[in-house]
Amino acid sequence: MAPRAPRSRHWQWLLILPAVAPLLTPFANRIEPVLLGVPFFFWYQFACALFAIVVISAVHLATRDGGHD
Amino acid sequence: MTDRDVEVGVFTVLMAVVLVLGFGAARWRAPQDPHTLEEWGAGGRAFGNWTIWFLIGGSMYSAYTFVAVPALTYGIGAIGYFAVPFAIITTPLTFVFTTRAWSVARRHGFLTHSEFASARFGSPGLGAAVAVTGILATMPYVAVQLLALQAVLRTVGFGGEWPLLAAVTVMSVCTFRSGLRAPALLSVVKDVLMAWMLLTALLVVAMYGGWDRTFRVSGEYFAGTPSPVDGLLLPDTGHLGFLTLVIGSALAVFAYPHALVGMLAAKDRATVRRNAAALPIYCLALALMALLGFFALARGVTPVDGDLNTVVPRLIHEFFPSWSAGIAYAALSVAALIPAAVMSIAAASAFTRSLYRPYLRPGASPATEARVSRWVSLLVKFGAAALILAVDPAFSVDLQLIGGVIILQTIPATFLGLLTGWFHRAALIAGLLTGLTAGVAMLYDVPKLDATGRVVAEHFGGTSWSLGNGSTVYVGIVALLLNLAVAALATVLLRAAGVPGGGDATRPDDYLADAGDARLKRLDDLIDGLPRRHTVPAASGSTPGLRGGHRLTL
Repeated sequence: MAPRAPRSRHWQWLLILPAVAPLLTPFANRIEPVLLGVPFFFWYQFACALFAIVVISAVHLATRDGGHD
Repeated sequence: MTDRDVEVGVFTVLMAVVLVLGFGAARWRAPQDPHTLEEWGAGGRAFGNWTIWFLIGGSMYSAYTFVAVPALTYGIGAIGYFAVPFAIITTPLTFVFTTRAWSVARRHGFLTHSEFASARFGSPGLGAAVAVTGILATMPYVAVQLLALQAVLRTVGFGGEWPLLAAVTVMSVCTFRSGLRAPALLSVVKDVLMAWMLLTALLVVAMYGGWDRTFRVSGEYFAGTPSPVDGLLLPDTGHLGFLTLVIGSALAVFAYPHALVGMLAAKDRATVRRNAAALPIYCLALALMALLGFFALARGVTPVDGDLNTVVPRLIHEFFPSWSAGIAYAALSVAALIPAAVMSIAAASAFTRSLYRPYLRPGASPATEARVSRWVSLLVKFGAAALILAVDPAFSVDLQLIGGVIILQTIPATFLGLLTGWFHRAALIAGLLTGLTAGVAMLYDVPKLDATGRVVAEHFGGTSWSLGNGSTVYVGIVALLLNLAVAALATVLLRAAGVPGGGDATRPDDYLADAGDARLKRLDDLIDGLPRRHTVPAASGSTPGLRGGHRLTL
């Protein structure tokens, strides 16, 4: 198989963001702002899940080699 | 017809459909040679995007999760929500690590972590240790799935022991016949039912006062309890315990044998990666279920016989329309049986590949391996059923907590091993033993407290190790850190003393191999002993990117 372009692998570092975001409990441990009646602590994790989808999809698209996978 | 009849009727009909589908799954995209272990254990290793997504969702987001997590938020509040961040952080890790695991496993024909550890560090002994740890940790995990199933059956009105045994027998027959195809196909059914259940739950919450009322009443309830740790937010001293539990649980996911089995059935690397991107959708479902625990609390739902696992089934029974309740019960039951099936397949593969083949019967043919695995998987399922029938259910939950702590100890060999082969094989074994001893010793030392903080049992009272100032830390992480320290230190010492390490049978480019790579196929043949003539490509050919998988078949 052809060697992977090293440039594209740097995109993987972006994955640190969705891996760390759910762990920021000192920041997320609050009631306000409430969304649809749900305290921030709880809906923050919903936001993290959506964020993970966006970032992982972006990294996947950016690191696909030449559209062959 | 009473509401109860409708509920039980819908549930029974759906379970009958599940049985037929599970039994017929063997014919689904049928292989030419169904008698090799690879075919039976990993669905011929040729599942596409959708199938894998459902299968992983089916095996990782189990009934135990969907029943136990709301039970936790119901009982303790914010801390019980740890399962959600834990599930989310597994997804970027899957993207990186599982892709590497897929490649190296495909090139070498591994079905289990233990085989990988054995090859990576040149030590069948290490492989056997990883396999034994994996099997020990998986048994109680299967048992808690069956406990969740029992909680559902009990709420439906099927009390006693025979309904559980009947369900396990049905699932065993399906798995025995169809291997991974049965759980994969049933996962699709489960997700449809589960989506319906979540939709109903949302409507029910909206109809009964919405989330505003739910959190207001729950907040007042927690404020009135004597316990300092429960509440809608983490206590100030709760962050360390919460975060170590999140990280430890997330890592443990990559060490359980069943996590790998599902992903190995993927057709190519891109399938694994696309799945990592789509898996957070399950996290959303899990988060929603966790919030239902608060709803149950706010509506005054009370568990059957004090068993918190029955909170969700009780909630369904009291608030769902009866036919929807039948659907929800079926969703939870299937969600318990699928992971039980996948876990038992994985534990059986670990036994066959890392204990039976190297130690008991070298040179076993693929057909023999497949046969041994089938019987072992049966043994695992009935062993788990016996476990919960023979011992106090509360004790099986404790066993599962112990299981989580001990499986974490294989992380240096299996998970870090994907990145580096630096560790010395003897150092890894020493680290594993240290971690296991320290973990179990600490668990033994954790007293069980009731809501007021009074000690009700001296030992095995949970996985939170008290640091004395109100803070706690997850036992698994402490044991893992000790394990890593010993492994690293011993590696340095052994290398300095010139003790030869094991040869690494893998090469750097093994971790990047993708479908279409010539060596992938040759090595598969070598390890199977049988040529793989034919692999049915995914039914959908709509994405041009999917084509990569076809080259495997040529």
